[in-house]
Amino acid sequence: MVRIASLHKRYGKGAVILEDLNLEVSREEFVTLIGPSGCGKSTLLKLIASLSPVTAGTLTVAGQSPQAARKSMAFIFQEATLLPWRTVTRNIELPLEMLHVDPGERAETCARMRKLVGLDHVPDHYPRQLSGGMKMRVSIARALSLSPEILLLDEPFGALDEMTRDRLNEQLLQIRAQQKFTAFFVTHSVAEAVFLSSRIIVLAANPGRIHRDMTVPLPYPRSAATRESLEFQRCVSDVSRVLREINPDHP
Amino acid sequence: MPVVAGVVILLLWMAIKQAFDLHNYILPSPYRILQAAVKERHTLFRSALITLSGAALGFVMGAVFGILGSMIMALSTTFRISLYPYILIMQMTPMAIFAPVLVIWLGPGLPAVTVITFLICFFPIVANTTQGLISVDRNMVDLFRMLNSTRVQEVVKLRLPHALPYFLTGLRIAGSIAMIGGITGDLFAGNASGGVGGLGFMVLVYNAQLKIPELWAAGFSACLCGFLFVSVVLGLNYLLLHKWHDSIIKSDL
Repeated sequence: MVRIASLHKRYGKGAVILEDLNLEVSREEFVTLIGPSGCGKSTLLKLIASLSPVTAGTLTVAGQSPQAARKSMAFIFQEATLLPWRTVTRNIELPLEMLHVDPGERAETCARMRKLVGLDHVPDHYPRQLSGGMKMRVSIARALSLSPEILLLDEPFGALDEMTRDRLNEQLLQIRAQQKFTAFFVTHSVAEAVFLSSRIIVLAANPGRIHRDMTVPLPYPRSAATRESLEFQRCVSDVSRVLREINPDHP
Repeated sequence: MPVVAGVVILLLWMAIKQAFDLHNYILPSPYRILQAAVKERHTLFRSALITLSGAALGFVMGAVFGILGSMIMALSTTFRISLYPYILIMQMTPMAIFAPVLVIWLGPGLPAVTVITFLICFFPIVANTTQGLISVDRNMVDLFRMLNSTRVQEVVKLRLPHALPYFLTGLRIAGSIAMIGGITGDLFAGNASGGVGGLGFMVLVYNAQLKIPELWAAGFSACLCGFLFVSVVLGLNYLLLHKWHDSIIKSDL
């Protein structure tokens, strides 16, 4: 689905952000990128989304250039990036509106998305009336409204409290069971990475490169109970140990 | 509270007049001014209308060209850097210098008054709206890029709504100075076509005739018109923003 070969990235004449990156991700994998700050994990997402150009090497999405494949991708940012002058419904509709989908179909998709993320009760609320977790759910609904094949998530739950984050993690997996997207997820939280992913890429910094490519052996569907399993705990400590190898400061 | 303050000011006014035994020429009593206003009400009403229409036309022109100008300025940094100094110079040149030139070009009367008001209303609107158009969050722009938005979609669906509160701030400043523009216009470019001129023109006339209470009455009429402007803009501000913008928030109590 996504093929990256000897990829290099630097911004202008600045330091090298990513060096000689090779990665192949197949359909419906849930890949988490984790590593110390400055390892280029957010940059990698931007490259896949073609929000920033590749310096050298190749990067293809579904056999196409990232630019051409953009239609099949959606990006979820660190903040919810909702338009404050639009209601929940009108925010979710935005991508469909840009593609000139007719209003009837738009409303129908939007209602389905609202139900999917559990926001059926607040269709006409404005973003300022919502909590951080609800805003993020609107953002997810908006991203999913075009049924993307690839979802790029840049630390979407980083600013939320742990309880909200855990609940949204569970919801995200439930949604994925229905929508079947391939996911690239950036986070700083090892527990979150293990809970969500089928595969964890640990990156090292200066310059950014792949340190370890790890598979998470836990079967889907996963639920809150998964977090209590011994297997889960073992995975978390494995990933933490690998992170410590590259960054002695990591707990 | 403002009513109480108003009463206190009126009482002080009358006390000062009594205490120093000031002539009506120096400081007329509020009652004399009211009398003068009632006596001259037809003249004052008609001249207020004249000034108001000049100010309103200039104000609306300022808003329209302000939006267009800011869209051009927001289009590229090059435009912004090259145009901004000249807009600033235009704003800093005193109207007393522009006005005679405008009278030469347009002749005295409504067109010149309108253009003078426009010139002073334009800057706050263009400066604020431009700021709004260019200060859109990077992630929002990336969101639109991800959706393969056209330049027009980005402007209409993202930049213009984002700039709306900034534009309204500019409009509020412009609204509070539009009447000053109108009066200044009257002073420099007013005429008495059809018997009466604008308020600024009437101020000149009353002054020449030593009708001092009438002069004060004209001044208060201008104040009232100014209030009208500001309240229209405040109303518009509330109408457009109260649903979503943080500046208008319901009490937490």
